[in-house]
Amino acid sequence: MEALFSILIGLFFAAAIYLLLSKHTVRILLGVVLLGNAVNLTLFTTGRLTREVPPIIPAGMDTLSSNAANPLPQALILTAIVISFSFFAFLLVLTYRAYQELGTDDTDEMRLAEPRDEQLPPLGY
Amino acid sequence: MNTLILRTVAPFLTALMLLFSVFVLLRGHNEPGGGFIGGLIAASALAIYGIAFGVPAVRRAIRFHPMAIAGAGLLLATLSGLVSIVSGVPFMTGLWVYPVVFEVEVPLATVMSFDIGVYLVVVGAITSIALALEQEPGSDAEGGD
Amino acid sequence: MAANAPALTFFALFLPFLASVLAPFLTRRLGDRAAWVLAAAPALAFAHFCTFLPEIAAGEVVTGGYAWAPSFNLSFSWFLDGLSLTFALLITGIGTLIVVYSGGYMKGHEGQGRFMAFILAFMGAMLGLVVSDSFLMLFVYWELTSITSFLLIGFDHEREAARRAALQALVVTGGGGLCLLAGLVFLWNITGVTQLSLLVHLGDGLRQSPFYLATLLLVLAGAFTKSAQFPFHFWLPNAMEAPTPVSAYLHSATMVKAGVYLLMRLNPVMGQTPAWMILLPFFGGITLIAGTFLAVRQTDLKLMLAYTTMASLGLLVMLTGFGSAHAVEAAVLYLVAHSLFKGALFMVAGTVDHEAGTRDVTKLGGLRAAMPVTFGAALLAALSMGGLPLFFGFLAKEEIYAALATGNPRAVFFTGLAVIGNALMFAIAFAVALKPFLGPHVETPKHAHEGPVTLWLGPVVLSVLGLAAALFSGLAHRYVSSPMASAITTQKIVIDISTMPHLGVPLLLSVITVLLGALAFWRLTDLRALMVRAVESLGPGPDRGFDHFVSGLVRLSGAVTRLVQPGRLEIYITATFILLAVTLLVPPFLFGELPAMPMWPKQLLVQEAAFFAIAVIGLIAVLRAKDRLTAIVSLGIQGFAVAVIFLLFGAPDLSFTQFMVETLSVVILALVMTRLRLSPRDHRPLGQTLFDGTIAVACGLGFTLLLLKSTEAPFDTLLTDFFNAYSKTVAHGANVVNVIIVDFRGTDTLGEIAVVMVTALAVLALIRVRAGKKVADDKMETRR
Repeated sequence: MEALFSILIGLFFAAAIYLLLSKHTVRILLGVVLLGNAVNLTLFTTGRLTREVPPIIPAGMDTLSSNAANPLPQALILTAIVISFSFFAFLLVLTYRAYQELGTDDTDEMRLAEPRDEQLPPLGY
Repeated sequence: MNTLILRTVAPFLTALMLLFSVFVLLRGHNEPGGGFIGGLIAASALAIYGIAFGVPAVRRAIRFHPMAIAGAGLLLATLSGLVSIVSGVPFMTGLWVYPVVFEVEVPLATVMSFDIGVYLVVVGAITSIALALEQEPGSDAEGGD
Repeated sequence: MAANAPALTFFALFLPFLASVLAPFLTRRLGDRAAWVLAAAPALAFAHFCTFLPEIAAGEVVTGGYAWAPSFNLSFSWFLDGLSLTFALLITGIGTLIVVYSGGYMKGHEGQGRFMAFILAFMGAMLGLVVSDSFLMLFVYWELTSITSFLLIGFDHEREAARRAALQALVVTGGGGLCLLAGLVFLWNITGVTQLSLLVHLGDGLRQSPFYLATLLLVLAGAFTKSAQFPFHFWLPNAMEAPTPVSAYLHSATMVKAGVYLLMRLNPVMGQTPAWMILLPFFGGITLIAGTFLAVRQTDLKLMLAYTTMASLGLLVMLTGFGSAHAVEAAVLYLVAHSLFKGALFMVAGTVDHEAGTRDVTKLGGLRAAMPVTFGAALLAALSMGGLPLFFGFLAKEEIYAALATGNPRAVFFTGLAVIGNALMFAIAFAVALKPFLGPHVETPKHAHEGPVTLWLGPVVLSVLGLAAALFSGLAHRYVSSPMASAITTQKIVIDISTMPHLGVPLLLSVITVLLGALAFWRLTDLRALMVRAVESLGPGPDRGFDHFVSGLVRLSGAVTRLVQPGRLEIYITATFILLAVTLLVPPFLFGELPAMPMWPKQLLVQEAAFFAIAVIGLIAVLRAKDRLTAIVSLGIQGFAVAVIFLLFGAPDLSFTQFMVETLSVVILALVMTRLRLSPRDHRPLGQTLFDGTIAVACGLGFTLLLLKSTEAPFDTLLTDFFNAYSKTVAHGANVVNVIIVDFRGTDTLGEIAVVMVTALAVLALIRVRAGKKVADDKMETRR
C-alpha cells in the first residue's frame, strides 16, 4: 500500500512544482495548495498505513487495538492542515492585493523591490 | 449567491452548524473531533451567514470583532498552560478536577480549556479572514480593477 | 586586599559604562557642569586601580572574574599585572582629565550629552580591553573600541569629511579586529587555552607550531591597523575630524596604543623569533620615518601632532620588536612619556583652536600674553616631547639610545632612524608649543584669551606629571615602569635611569638629536615646502586607495546582486527546484541506495482505487484548467479525494478537517477569483513547458523514491507506543490524536494557533492598507 501512496505523492509533488514554476501568481497559489497536500500525505505515509481503524481507544480498554492507525502523524498533519489553510488565505489576499496595486499577476512584471534598471547605491560617504 | 433559498435556509443552517461545532469540540477528547475541527465548522457557519445576509449582519450577530475572539482564545490557551506552572508542575501539564454537579461527576481539565482556546482562535481567525474577503469590494467603489 | 575586591574591580570596570548611560540625562540637567560629576566615574576607577600598585610592584599578579558561559569555557575574567595596570591607570587618569576638558571644550554644544556618553563608553571599552584575560573578552572590547571610535570620529556627522573618516577608521580597525579574532582562534587551537594569563608559559610550543607564522601575521594585522602602522596609517590623521578631546584621548593617549599593548602582551609568547624581530622593527621604523616626514609637511596643529603620534607608535612597535630587555624598558618609558606629553599637547591645540578660532600654525602667533597658563603647559609638554633633561621624555630617549646603540650593523641602522625621527619630533614639538605663543601678535578669527579652568587643567596636570615623574623617577620606576617591563619580558627588571645625565653614547646621540631638531625647527618653513613637494611627487597614497576600495566594493556587490538576484521570481524558483531534484535523485543513484521494486498491494479495494483515481484526475484538471472556475473546482476535487483517502485509512479527524478546509478554500477562492480579471491559463511556450515539466517530474520521482526507500525500513514504534500507553492512563483521553494535540504536544499547538492568529492579522492588515489611504473597517459598505 505504501508503494501506491508513494507514487500518488510523487504525482502530487510533480503537479505542485509544475504549478509553482509558473509566472502567474494565481497558478503559483494553486501549486502551494497542492504542495501542502503532498507534504501531508508524505507524513501520513511515513507513519505507515492501516485501513479504517481510527486511533481511538475503545471503551473499557486502556490502549489502542493492535490494528489501529498511527496517531502521531495524524496529530502533526491536523495542525498542518489548519496552518496551511491560513497561509493559503494570506497568499490569496497577497495575490489579490498585488493584482489591485500593480495591475498584473505576472511575476516578471512585479519589479517593485528589484527594479529592472536598479541604480548603484550612492558611492559617497 | 444571494438567493431566496439561501437566505431562508442560512439562519437554520448556521445555528445547526454552530451547535454541531460545539458538540464536535466537546467530544473531541474521546471521539473524533476537537478544537481545530470544531473551529473550522463554526467559521464555515459564520461564512455562510455572511454570504446570505452580508458582513454587517454577522458582525452584529457575534457582537465581538472576530480577532478579539481569536485573541481571547489564545489567552485562554496560554492561561490553561500557565495554570500548571502555578501548581508546581511543568508548563502545559494537564490537570484534572472532578466536581460533582447535580450528583453527576463532571470531568474538567486544563486540556479542555486549552482545546476551547484552540477552537476560539480558529473561529476568530478564519472568520475574520472570510469576512474580510466577503466584505472587501464594497469599500472599493473607486479603486481596484 | 579587602575580601570583596573582585566585586569592586568588576564595579570599577563597569563604572564608565554606567556614567555613559547617565551622561545625557546629567548633561540635560546640569549643562557643561555635568562633566565634573561624570569625571568622578573614571576618577573612582583610577583610585581603585591605584590600590593595586604596591601588590603589582611586588611582582604579584591579580586575577579575578565570573563564569560567563561555563559550558563553553568562557568567563568574564580580568588579569592585572604591571602592563595592564599601567594601561588602566593611564586610561582612567587621563580619562578623568579628558572628561573635565570635554566639559569646557564642548560647552554649549547641543550634542554634549551624546559626546560624553560616547567618550565614557569608549573609556569602559578601552579599560576592559587592557584588563581582559579571556580571548573573547579581549576581542569584544577590541571591536567595541573601534565602534566607539567610529561614533566619536563621526560625531560631527553632518560633514562628509567626518563621515568618511569615521567609516575609514571603522573599516581599517574593525577589519584588523577580525584578523585578530582569527589569530586568537589560532592561538586557542595551538595552545588549548583561552586566557592570556595561562598563555604566558606556553610560548615554546607556540613558536614551534607550523601555524606560528600565520598566527603572527593575523595578530600583527590586528595590532598594526589599530596602532596605525604603515601602510594602515592613513586613518589616524583623518580621525582628526573628531573633536579635539577625542584626538587627545583616543588617537594619541589610549586607543591607538591598544595595538602596542597587544604586541607587548604577546611578546613573551610570540616574540624572540626571526619573523617577530624582522617584521616589527621594519614596519615600526618605516612608520616612524614616514610619520615624522609627513608631520613636517602640515600646518594644522592637530595634524602635525597626529603624524607625530603615528611616528611615536612606529617607534614603540620598533622597540617592542627589537627583543632586548633594554628595548622593552625604553618602550615602556616612551609609552608613558608619550601618553603624558601628547595628551597635553593635543589639549593645548584644542584650547588654542577653541579660544583663537584657528589651529593653522601659520595664522597664529603672540598668544603668550593672552594665554599664559596654556603656554606654560605647552612648553613643559614640548620639553618632554623634545626629550630635554629633567623631563620624562628625556629618560625615555636615553633608554632608547642605550637599547639601540649596541654596535651591530642592524642596530646602527635603527639608531639612525631613531635619531632622525626624534629630531623631527623635537622640531614639531616646539613648532606646536612655541609658534602660536611667541613672536609678534597675529590677528586671529576670535579674540583669544585664557580658557576656563576646565580647558587648562588637563594640559597642566599632564605636563607637570611629565616633569614630576622624571624628578621622582625612583618612585615612578618602582610602581610603574619596572613592573610593566617585567610583565612584558616575564623577567624581573629594575629600571633605574634618572635625570642625571651620565656620559656615554646615549647622551651623545641625545645631543645630536637636539642639535638636529633645533636646526629643523629653525628652517621649518623650508623643510615644510620640501616635504610638500616630496609627498606630491610620490603620487596618491593609501588614503585615495581607500576611496577606490570602497567604491569598488559597492560596484562589486551591485554586480553580484544583479547576477544572483535578477529580479525574476521564476529564476529563483527554478533554481530552487533544480537543486531539490538533484539532491533527491543524485545520492540514491550515486550510492546505489535505490529502493527495491515496489510490490503491488495484495488487495486493493475498489473504493480506494476509485479515490486514488479521482485525486489524480483532480490534479490533471488543475494543471489543464482553461478558466478559473474549472481550476477552483478541480482543486476542490483533489482536496476532497485526499480527505476521503484519510478517512479510508483510519484518520477521521484528518478527514473532517480536510473537508472543512477544502470547503472554505473553495469559498474564499471563489470570492476572490471573481474579482480578478485574469486567465489562470498560463502561456508557457512549448520549450518552457517541457523544461518545467522535466524539473517537476524529476522532483516527483525523487520524492517517490525517497518514500519507497524510507517505508522499506522497519518502522520504529517508540513514540507511537509512548502515546498509546499514556493517552488513556495518564491523560484521560480516548482519542489519541486529540490528546497528542492538546496535551502531549500542547506547547507546539499553542505556537501553531499563534501562527494562525498572526496570519489572520496579516490578512486584515493587507486588506485594510490601501495605497495612500487607510480605510477603517467600520466605514466599509457592503455590496448587496
